[in-house]
Amino acid sequence: MDTVTQQIPLEHFLVVSAIVFSIGIYGVLTRRNAVLILMSVELMLNAASINMVAFAAYTSPQVMTGIIFAVFIITVAAAEVGLALAIILRIFRNRGTSNVDEVNQLKW
Amino acid sequence: MTVAQGIFFLIAALFVGGSLGVVLVRNAVYAALFLILALLAVAGVYILLASEFLALVQVLIYAGAVTVLLLFALMLTRVGDIPESMVGTQWPIAAVASTVLGGLLVATVSTSDWPGDAEGMITRIPFEQVGDALFRQWAVPFEIASLVLFIALVGAIILARDEDDDEDERTSPESAEVGEVTE
Repeated sequence: MDTVTQQIPLEHFLVVSAIVFSIGIYGVLTRRNAVLILMSVELMLNAASINMVAFAAYTSPQVMTGIIFAVFIITVAAAEVGLALAIILRIFRNRGTSNVDEVNQLKW
Repeated sequence: MTVAQGIFFLIAALFVGGSLGVVLVRNAVYAALFLILALLAVAGVYILLASEFLALVQVLIYAGAVTVLLLFALMLTRVGDIPESMVGTQWPIAAVASTVLGGLLVATVSTSDWPGDAEGMITRIPFEQVGDALFRQWAVPFEIASLVLFIALVGAIILARDEDDDEDERTSPESAEVGEVTE
């Protein structure tokens, strides 16, 4: 395994991922539509996996735990998007809306 | 500033800009296209971190499949028909909360001592070693992940299936018989 010098410290990647994670939280809190909330969740998942890959590349490249974790994050995100699409379609068919604040049958 | 640093700042600007587009734009389809931009920027970050395998997977699965699925969801639920429903009323609280969280995270990251080389020496990981780790050391989680995908697929089909079609199929032989009798 050869090493690459690129003069980018680890903190840069962590700061970018922290900023995008906060943006994703803003999206989850403000968007009313379930599909757009799902997009913001995807942003947060990507920010988290950038963290994992950065730590793996800078601290322990031999064990590769971070890269495997990122692969599993992508797998679970794909499964999550498929299931969430099915649930949103079902809600839209039953209620005529996919806005999360209009699906309020659990409280009266 | 070296070339790699310039590329990093360009990719970081694309990533943050795309993410801001996802959460701020009022058109839902534009938000999905900004999401593609952000996810491709993540693939660039993976290349900068010397994991080309993850960059390929990111482009194929996230930028390809997941965003197409999200666009299908937008199309089928007709989000674009109601543009005023894009942003809720609690955006000031959300802005304060996310800014505070982001500030705390950035402050913590920049004041902490992280392990690793300060000059940015990282090790390139070849494809063979990723595959070796995935199918030997992490074989059981890999199989569980495929089980998760399978269950999610079956569950999505069952959830999204149109129940009216089933009832039509079940009742159609009976109605045919009734039709024959009345004739």
